[in-house]
Amino acid sequence: MDRAKRNHLIRIFIAIAVVYLAILVLEFTLRPTNILFTVLRKGAIYSLVAVSMNLLNGFTGLFSLGQAGFMLLGAYTYAIFTMPVSVKESERVYKYYECIVGFDTGAFIGLIAAGLVAAFFAFLIGLPVLRLKSDYLAIATLGFAEILRAIFQWDVLGPLTNGANLLREYKDLTRITLPFTDIPFPPTLFVFIVVGICILLIVLLINSSYGRAFKAIRDDETAAEAMGINLFRHKELSFVISSFFAGVSGALLAAFQYTVQAQQFKSMMTYEILLIVVIGGIGSISGSCIASFLYIALSEWWLRGLDMGRFLGIDAPDLFRSGFRRLVFSVIIMIIVLFFSKGIMGDKELSFERMKGFVKGIGRKKGVSK
Amino acid sequence: MKDLLRLENVTMQFGGVVAVNNLSMHVGEGEIVALIGPNGAGKTTAFNCITGVYEPSNGVISYDGKAIIRNHPTGRMRKIYAGQESGKYADEKILNPTPDEITKLGIARTFQNIRLFRSMTVFENVLTAMHVRAKENVFSAVLRLSWREEKSMAEDAEKLLEEQGLLSHRDDLATSLPYGLQRRLEIARALATRPHLLLLDEPAAGMNPQETQELSAFIRQIKERYDLTVLMIEHHMDLVMGISDRIYVLDFGSLIAEGTPDEVQNNQRVIDAYLGVAEDV
Repeated sequence: MDRAKRNHLIRIFIAIAVVYLAILVLEFTLRPTNILFTVLRKGAIYSLVAVSMNLLNGFTGLFSLGQAGFMLLGAYTYAIFTMPVSVKESERVYKYYECIVGFDTGAFIGLIAAGLVAAFFAFLIGLPVLRLKSDYLAIATLGFAEILRAIFQWDVLGPLTNGANLLREYKDLTRITLPFTDIPFPPTLFVFIVVGICILLIVLLINSSYGRAFKAIRDDETAAEAMGINLFRHKELSFVISSFFAGVSGALLAAFQYTVQAQQFKSMMTYEILLIVVIGGIGSISGSCIASFLYIALSEWWLRGLDMGRFLGIDAPDLFRSGFRRLVFSVIIMIIVLFFSKGIMGDKELSFERMKGFVKGIGRKKGVSK
Repeated sequence: MKDLLRLENVTMQFGGVVAVNNLSMHVGEGEIVALIGPNGAGKTTAFNCITGVYEPSNGVISYDGKAIIRNHPTGRMRKIYAGQESGKYADEKILNPTPDEITKLGIARTFQNIRLFRSMTVFENVLTAMHVRAKENVFSAVLRLSWREEKSMAEDAEKLLEEQGLLSHRDDLATSLPYGLQRRLEIARALATRPHLLLLDEPAAGMNPQETQELSAFIRQIKERYDLTVLMIEHHMDLVMGISDRIYVLDFGSLIAEGTPDEVQNNQRVIDAYLGVAEDV
């Protein structure tokens, strides 16, 4: 590896280490109920699912809308796996059903199992569905996610899924401990570590020989096939891997929320993720991450005042009523889609050179206005 | 001379249109063979049959002495089949592999309208084509356990670019290259799959006489260097007559002539096909 490349890698590692350190410091200084933590955790979880969707939509060129379905699978698997047996046997959660799962696992195994279950279903669904193209694939995967949501609320499956009722008291973020000890794991750091590892794996995949094969399929299927790339096998691979990480992020979402209910994983959720991918730039990993933090911060935090009667110091309880936030939010999204149709990052990645250029650009503009 | 590629009674029928009719031809090892014919004669269709893009309606294609593609009219095609020899292969097993399996056997192709990977650089285009020969699986690729293989792939790709004179454009976007170089890159990319048989679909399309001449030298050169057999479709007669060992002429899907360049040039049916037949007034 040449020197410039190595320096570049070292700089990236330092930047990432700084972020993780900052989170650790924040966790010990701020109150745990601070809204910042909600934004960071949910933003990180959405980053992972957005990146996994980007792997499929942006890098392999498969327009799939099944993300919510795979998150649902992940969330339920995690909740059922990590719920202690004593809770399963009691009436607290499984009120109307006898739970048939007689074991429980730690959070780590729960996360992996969540990914594997989602990946297994993706494998089965992929066999027929991946022979479809573009819009048809989107419709089929969307339909699959909706069917899954209905099936999980079916009372015949009640002994497994608790029907349409909530699942809770599993290993949520407050109950996760450091391995082999009882010391609680700093929750935000936990989310960031899991998401960080997953995104790192996806980045490594995209920059490998397989990643290039995926991009080749996106660019030109006929040419890719003529270069010896088996279309079906590589599409299936991308679909399964993407779903694995969607499953993991579903599990993290379950841990973040303290409760899981199938009702929540509507197609609206997939659209939210799609929106994040589009805003961030289709084919850009860092774009997806930035967009997901921005999106979550806007919808959960910065625009909250619009619903509460007071925004940017303006008191207008008649205007800033519940629901106004959604209106403003929609307008912002429309502006982004209309004027930044390639998203924040296009298909480029964030780099120090780009940031330098951006800062310089701002400086220059100010200079002119003087 | 051993036959590397052999087509027997290959017919390709789309609905009622017989695009290739009972085509039989062979390409010997180390030959440069050209397939010519007026527009719409079925040349590219024949190529698409060989590379697995289309399933021929009837006939056998064998590579290196082994049948790789075989079909006979079945189902609806049985009723509407308008070609010949429909019963000849009826008892044999149907083989129809996908294009990537054909490539794995050692047959690589280029396209009439250049099909490079648009979002990739010149280097990545060549590297992507090496994926087919890679032994790594997805886990070892992600965890970088097979970094040695990746490294040797990168070195091979670089070497290939150097040999093709494209190294100075290594990190340029493939589609930003001038037209002639894009053609050359497409050939380089096909070579990266390590083929024995190279199929070139109109490599000189859109080139001026100067570029065409360079191309002809280039094809000869890669043939020697990589020990290739070449089958090409071409319209530029200077190129075809200059480098081909043998020529097949197609018209309306059927073979009308074959032979050395001299024989073909003086064949009355070929002249008629290209220039039309004079009618008595």
